[in-house]
Amino acid sequence: MRETPFYERLAPINSTHRWNNWAGYLVAERYQHSATAEYFATRNSVTVFDTSPLFKYRISGPDATDFLAGVLARDVRSCDVGQAQYTIWCEDAGFLLEDGVVLRTGESEYWLTSAEPNLAYFSGLIGNRKVEVADVSEDYGLLAVQGPHALNVVARLVPDARDLPYFGVTSADASGRPLTVSRTGFTGDLGYEIWVRRDDALSVWDDLAEAGADYRMTPMGMRALQMARLDAGLLLIDVDYSSARFAWTDAQRETPSELGLGWMLDRAGDRPFIGHSAIQRELANGASRWRTVGIQVDADAYEQLYNSEGVVAPKEGVYVDQAQSLYDRDFSVNSDASYVGYLTSFMFSPVLKRHIGLAKVPPASAGPGSRVYLELMVSNRPKYVPARVVKTPFYQPERKTSSHRGIRE
Amino acid sequence: MTTPAGYDAIVIGGGHNGLVNAAYLAKAGLSTLVLERRYVIGGAAVTEELYPGFHFTTFSYAISLLRPEIVHDLDLVKHGMLVIPMTTSFAPMDNGDYLHLGADSEENYHEVARHSRKDAEALRDYRNLMGRVAHAVKPLLDEIPPNVVSQEPDEVAHLADVAGYLRDLDPRVLNMLVRLVGGSASDILDEYFESDIVKGLLASSGIIGSRVGPRSHGSGLVLLYHMMGEIDGVFGKWGFHKGGNGGFTQAVGRAAQAFGAEIRLNTGVSSVITKNGTALGVALESGEEIYASTIVSALDPRRTFLQFVEPRDLPSDLVDAIEAYKFQGTSAKVNFALDAPPRYPALGNRTDMFHGMINIAPSIDYLEQAFDDAEGGTFSRRPYIDGAVQSILDPDMAPPGKHILSCFIQYTPYELADSDWDSEREDLGDTVQATLESYFPGFGNLILYRDVVTPLDIERKIGLSEGNIFAGEFLTPQMYLFRPAPGWNQYRTPINGYYQCGSGTHPGGCVMGAPGRLAARQILGDLSPNGRSA
Repeated sequence: MRETPFYERLAPINSTHRWNNWAGYLVAERYQHSATAEYFATRNSVTVFDTSPLFKYRISGPDATDFLAGVLARDVRSCDVGQAQYTIWCEDAGFLLEDGVVLRTGESEYWLTSAEPNLAYFSGLIGNRKVEVADVSEDYGLLAVQGPHALNVVARLVPDARDLPYFGVTSADASGRPLTVSRTGFTGDLGYEIWVRRDDALSVWDDLAEAGADYRMTPMGMRALQMARLDAGLLLIDVDYSSARFAWTDAQRETPSELGLGWMLDRAGDRPFIGHSAIQRELANGASRWRTVGIQVDADAYEQLYNSEGVVAPKEGVYVDQAQSLYDRDFSVNSDASYVGYLTSFMFSPVLKRHIGLAKVPPASAGPGSRVYLELMVSNRPKYVPARVVKTPFYQPERKTSSHRGIRE
Repeated sequence: MTTPAGYDAIVIGGGHNGLVNAAYLAKAGLSTLVLERRYVIGGAAVTEELYPGFHFTTFSYAISLLRPEIVHDLDLVKHGMLVIPMTTSFAPMDNGDYLHLGADSEENYHEVARHSRKDAEALRDYRNLMGRVAHAVKPLLDEIPPNVVSQEPDEVAHLADVAGYLRDLDPRVLNMLVRLVGGSASDILDEYFESDIVKGLLASSGIIGSRVGPRSHGSGLVLLYHMMGEIDGVFGKWGFHKGGNGGFTQAVGRAAQAFGAEIRLNTGVSSVITKNGTALGVALESGEEIYASTIVSALDPRRTFLQFVEPRDLPSDLVDAIEAYKFQGTSAKVNFALDAPPRYPALGNRTDMFHGMINIAPSIDYLEQAFDDAEGGTFSRRPYIDGAVQSILDPDMAPPGKHILSCFIQYTPYELADSDWDSEREDLGDTVQATLESYFPGFGNLILYRDVVTPLDIERKIGLSEGNIFAGEFLTPQMYLFRPAPGWNQYRTPINGYYQCGSGTHPGGCVMGAPGRLAARQILGDLSPNGRSA
C-alpha cells in the first residue's frame, strides 16, 4: 500500500493502528476510538483530514477553458480566476461519470480533483485543442482543514485566507513553500483545502499542527468525514451513485437531474458538452426516473418501534452505506404496500439528533413532506418506520458560506 | 381570566425547567412571560465569564438526562443546542497509577484488567444490567406520575398500571431496580467488583449532589439516576454542552422566544397574588403586579409553597410535608482558570484523558471518609472531585491555548458545625487545590483565577434552598409519588391556576427538563375544554 506525503506524521497519531485502503493509499478510518469525537471536533472546533489520495490534474493551455466547457456539465466559463466549482462530467447518454472540484488558478490553468483516475479519459478528448492535461497526483499533498476554527488555523500560514469567499481560491508563499488554498471541503462546515508540494508536505503539516494546537485541532479519519458529508447532503461515489463508466446496465446509472445536480445545468441549455443532448431530451420529456432527496425518520415512531421490542433504539454509531428499501406504506400492516425506492446513505446525525439519509424516489414522491416507510431489521425481523422527504443540506451552519473579510480571530 | 395587559401564563424562574415549560406553553399558543430574577437566564445552568476570556460553568457543568422529546418538540438544534459527548473517564490513584476508560470497550477491558481481571469482565455485565434497568425506568421519567392519595378511578387505575408495568419486568431487572431504589451503591458494587479504583469510580455516581455516603441507603437511587443518563441511545453516557450548560439554556431561551414567549431579566417575584383560592398574577419585588390566569413556579418546593403563597391558604398536611422536605445541600463548585492543562506524571504530556470527567475518588473508603467529615459538620478534608477541563473539547471556553477546570466538590454541608461559609470559603478552595496538587503536581502554578461556590453561594446567587442542586434531595421518600409531597406530585397546587414545574417535582434535577415538559402537559390538559379543570 502507498503512503501519502503526510503518512510519516499521521502514523504515530493513529492510536487505533488500523488503516483503510483509499485509492491504494493507507488512510485512517479514525485516529481515535470514537469517530463521533472526530466528527464533533469538526462541528465544534477544527479537524485536519488528509485528502491526498484524490487524483489531481492540471489542465492548462490557451484552449483550457473551451476544453473544460465541453467536457464538464457545469459551465466552467462562469468560474473566474480565483474561484472553484463543484462540478460533474457525464457520458454521451447523459449519465454521470463522476463529480469533482475544479479550481481556476489562472486565466488558462485549472486544477481538478476526482475520486477515480481520469487522465486517459480527459486526454482522449483533447483533439486539436491547445490543452495539456497533466497528472499531478503524486506531486502534491492535499489537506482539508475543517470546522469553526478552520480559518484561525489556516490564516496563521496563509493570512489571505481571511478574504476568501465560499469556493474562493488563493495562492500563497508560506516561507518559501508555495501553497494553494481553496475554501472548499466535504464536511458542510467552514473549511479550507490546501495543496502542498510533496517535498513541503511535512514542514507544512508541522506548521499547521502548531497553529492548530491552540484550537485543539484533531486529525479526522474517513468515518467522521463520511458522517459530516451526509449532514451536508453531499453525494459519495460508489455509495450514493456509481460511475456510468463501469456500470453494466442503465439501472445502475443516473443522470445529473436524477442525482439532484440539475441546478448545475445551464438555463439556456445551448452549450454543447458531453451528454448535453441526452440531458436536454431527458428534461424535455420529463424522463427522469428518480429524484435524489433527503429523508428524515420520524423520531417518535423509531423510538417506539424498538422500545416495543424491548431494546434500545440505535442512534450513536448508526451509519449505513448499503441500500435500504423504501415502501409507500407500512408493509407489516398493509400487505399490498409497494416498493418506492431506496436509501443509499443512512445515519443518526449526532448534531441534528435525527436519523437522516439520502434516497432515490420517483419524481412523484419527491416533494418535501412526502411520506415513505423505511425497512429496518428490528430484533431480526423487518419493520417499517415512517420517514418524510426533507430538503438538503440537512445541516448548514452560517459560517460555511459567510464572509470573514476583515474579521480577525 | 386575563386582565388587560396580562398574559395567559407567567413562569416564575428562568432556569432550564422554567424555560422548557414556557416554550411548551408558548408553542401551544399561550401568551407566556418568563420572569428571571438574575441578569441571565439558566438558573443553575449558566455560563459566566468570571475572568476575562474564561467562560465558567459556575454551577451545573454536564448534560445527559435531557429528554430527547424536548429536543425535537422545541427544535432545540435549530436554536443552537450542541452536546459534545464525553469519551473518557479518568480516575487518578494515590500511588500514581490511574484508571482511564475510553470509547472502545475492548480496550477498556484491558485497562480495567490492569487492576483486576475479574472487574474487567464484570464491568460488561454490570453495564449491561444497568442499561436494561435504565431502559425499564425510562418511561416513568416521561409520564406524569399517578396520584397515590386520590380515590378517583383514573388515578387508581394509573397506579395499578404502573404496578403492572413493574410486575412485567424481567425479574433480574426488577430485582436490581428495587436494590437501587432502596439500597446502597456499595452493596451492589461489592457484588460485582473487587478493585478499589473501579469501585471508587462507579460509586461516585451514587453520591453526586446528595448527602449520602456510598454505603448509605439511598446512594443506589442516586446511582440509578446517573446511569439513566443517555446520549444518543447509550445509557450512562454524558456530554458537555457547547459553551457550557449556559449554552444549553440560551438555546432553550431562544426556542421559547421563537414560539412567542417573553423573557424579562432582573425581575424578582415576591409573591403570587391569589383570591379565593385562585391565582390571579404575581407581585414583583419592585412592587409591580402582572396578571395571568396560569402561574407556574419553576423554583424549589420551599419557595413555591412557603414563600410565594401564604401557608394558611394551603392544606396543613401539604405545609407539613414541604417543611419536612429535605434540601441539606452538600455540594460546592471550585472553578479554575488555567494557563495550561494539568499534567498527570504517569501520562506525561497527554491530554486525551481530559475528554471527559476526572474522578477523584480512588476508593469507596475515600468517599466514605469524605462523607464522615460532613456528618461531623465540616467539609471533607480530602473531598470528592468531579473535574472537567471542558476547554479541551470546547476550545471556545477559554482563550486560545488556555483552559478552564470545573470542579464539583463533595461533601460541603450547608450547615457547618462550628463555622460559617463566609469564613470557610477560601479554606475550601485551598483544600480542593491541595487535593488536586497531590494528583497533578505543579497544578497550583497553572492557576490564573479561582472561583469558589459554596452551598451558601448557590442559595444566595440562584436561590436553590440550602444550595441543594436537585431542588430537594434525591431520597426515595421524596421521589415519584411523593415529589414534592404525596398527592401534589402532578404539578398542580391546591391553588387554582398555580402550578409547579421545577426540579423539586418528578422526576427531579440533573438538567432533564422533564418537570418543565410534564407540567406543561398538565397545564394544557387542564386548560383544554375536555381537560380536568382544577
